[in-house]
Amino acid sequence: METVIKMLKELHPDVDFESADGLIDDGILDSLDIVSLVAEIDSEFGIVVPAEEIVPENFNSATALFKLIERLDEE
Amino acid sequence: MLFTSYTFIAFLCVMLAAYFLTPKRAQWITLLVGSYVFYAFAGAWYFVFILFTTVSAYIISRLLHRVKQKEDEYISSVKDTLGKEERKAYRARSKKKRFNILLWGLVLNFGVLAVLKYTAFAVTNANNILALFGKEAISVPSLLLPMGISFYTFQTCGYLIDVYRAKVEPEKNIAKLALFVSFFPQIVQGPISRFGELHEQLVAPHKFDLKNFTFGVQRILWGFFKKLVIADRVLVAMNTMLDAPENYKGAYVLLLVILYSIQIYADFTGGIDITIGIAEAMGIRLAENFDRPFSSKSTKEYWRRWHITMGSWFRDYIFVPISVTRPMLRLNKALTPKCGRLVASKVVAYTARTVTWLATGIWHGAGWNFIVWGLLNCLVIIVSESFEPLYKKFHDKFPRLTSSSAYGVFMSVRTFLLMSVIRSLDCYRNVPLTFSMWASMLTFKGIGDIFSGGALELGLGVSDFLIIFIAIAVVFVVSKISDIREKLYQRPVLSAALCVTLFISIIMFGAYSVGYDASQFIYNQF
Repeated sequence: METVIKMLKELHPDVDFESADGLIDDGILDSLDIVSLVAEIDSEFGIVVPAEEIVPENFNSATALFKLIERLDEE
Repeated sequence: MLFTSYTFIAFLCVMLAAYFLTPKRAQWITLLVGSYVFYAFAGAWYFVFILFTTVSAYIISRLLHRVKQKEDEYISSVKDTLGKEERKAYRARSKKKRFNILLWGLVLNFGVLAVLKYTAFAVTNANNILALFGKEAISVPSLLLPMGISFYTFQTCGYLIDVYRAKVEPEKNIAKLALFVSFFPQIVQGPISRFGELHEQLVAPHKFDLKNFTFGVQRILWGFFKKLVIADRVLVAMNTMLDAPENYKGAYVLLLVILYSIQIYADFTGGIDITIGIAEAMGIRLAENFDRPFSSKSTKEYWRRWHITMGSWFRDYIFVPISVTRPMLRLNKALTPKCGRLVASKVVAYTARTVTWLATGIWHGAGWNFIVWGLLNCLVIIVSESFEPLYKKFHDKFPRLTSSSAYGVFMSVRTFLLMSVIRSLDCYRNVPLTFSMWASMLTFKGIGDIFSGGALELGLGVSDFLIIFIAIAVVFVVSKISDIREKLYQRPVLSAALCVTLFISIIMFGAYSVGYDASQFIYNQF
């Protein structure tokens, strides 16, 4: 989870990612951020996020993103 | 069968009556028969293509599902005995197999679309190249373009991708899938629906509901009002200028650009209102395709509000998959140490965006004007995104100015003009001519002529301009009132009076009353 927060903080240092739960819905993360995060997840965890998983529910909060990574790692 | 024809109105009345008189469990069959009858009016030959799409999508979706089922069964049977890496490797192999099946489905369906829609364009361009080398030209084939092929192909391919992604269960009954492909109100100009949102509604039974029916009829009337009172009237002035563009330069180009925006908005949203209204009368909710696009303050926002279902289709099925392909991830990885994370991601996102906009342009039509239109939109979005930090600084420095409503209006007008100018590529349908017209527009020559009677020599009289102006004002006011239909539903007398007024306005001020024919909806041609 710490790594996920760190990845997000690098994109938007001023956002409180521990509590934010509308990162996509509130327009905090845009398409550029998603591209960057997907690349970072690939480098950090060796996990390729498939296109079908790139939906707001998986990127709306740090917790949702962490759960996505865990699930993809497990599958 | 045009939506604005008497034949269609008669067909619709029969269809609605038949739908509610049919036993509930067979309502979807009535819809399918009605959709095929509607399609038959366009031409019997077109059936070959829509049937091909339906049958191929049925076979491919069933195959995709079978492979996925086998994969899940196998994984669940060996869950405790097989290691994580072996499970992953198995899933990857199965996914590859599914991808190859999907690819067949996409190549077959997009292939038919490409051959029918783009062969003549490709041959014409090949002939231009051959002419440079003094070679003989190939004869340009004249192929028929089945009604709504771009819309139903994209909708069906979206379904196949959703089945591949295991987002939806494929339909077991081919006739029910045929209804999803051919549902008559939306087949000619969208909206491009998603299987997960529409299919269940199409096959579900629907009781006659007075509220749904009233809302549906209101929406249909509203669509006719926009199309017949505004769009078709504005078209007369536009056609006068487009028939002899050399006579209408300078400020006339700006007038044309603005009129075209008004015309296409009234035409396309009017058509979509009729489509959504018909579905609504039957109790079926279609996706909204517009959300007050001309109030957008940026190009990006505009494209979230204009032709929404097309934009989201291209985002979900082209932009996102391209952004996360392995070559793109490798490119990102290679660039990050050299240029930093932000620049690397920008290169990837902008590449994906360029391909997406190129595809959007090509989808709109077989012509260089559409390709240039797509790429120009892409360029404007990328440039404005690059300037965002600068805008932010400006906003921080002048918070009172940038938060004022006047500044908001300025941003909306700026976006409207920018989008309108780019859209005129579609108007002139000739790239060099459009560019020369833009150059001429910047001189603003002839602005005095327009206001001193020139505007009245475009085929429209003072009363026509007055009707257009009042009708636009009505559309603007209605768009500003939230939940207007719910509010009116609470006041049935007022609601009925307004509906009658709307109906009379269509009869009195619509295209039927001023002596010119109701034209085809612009998006019918796609």
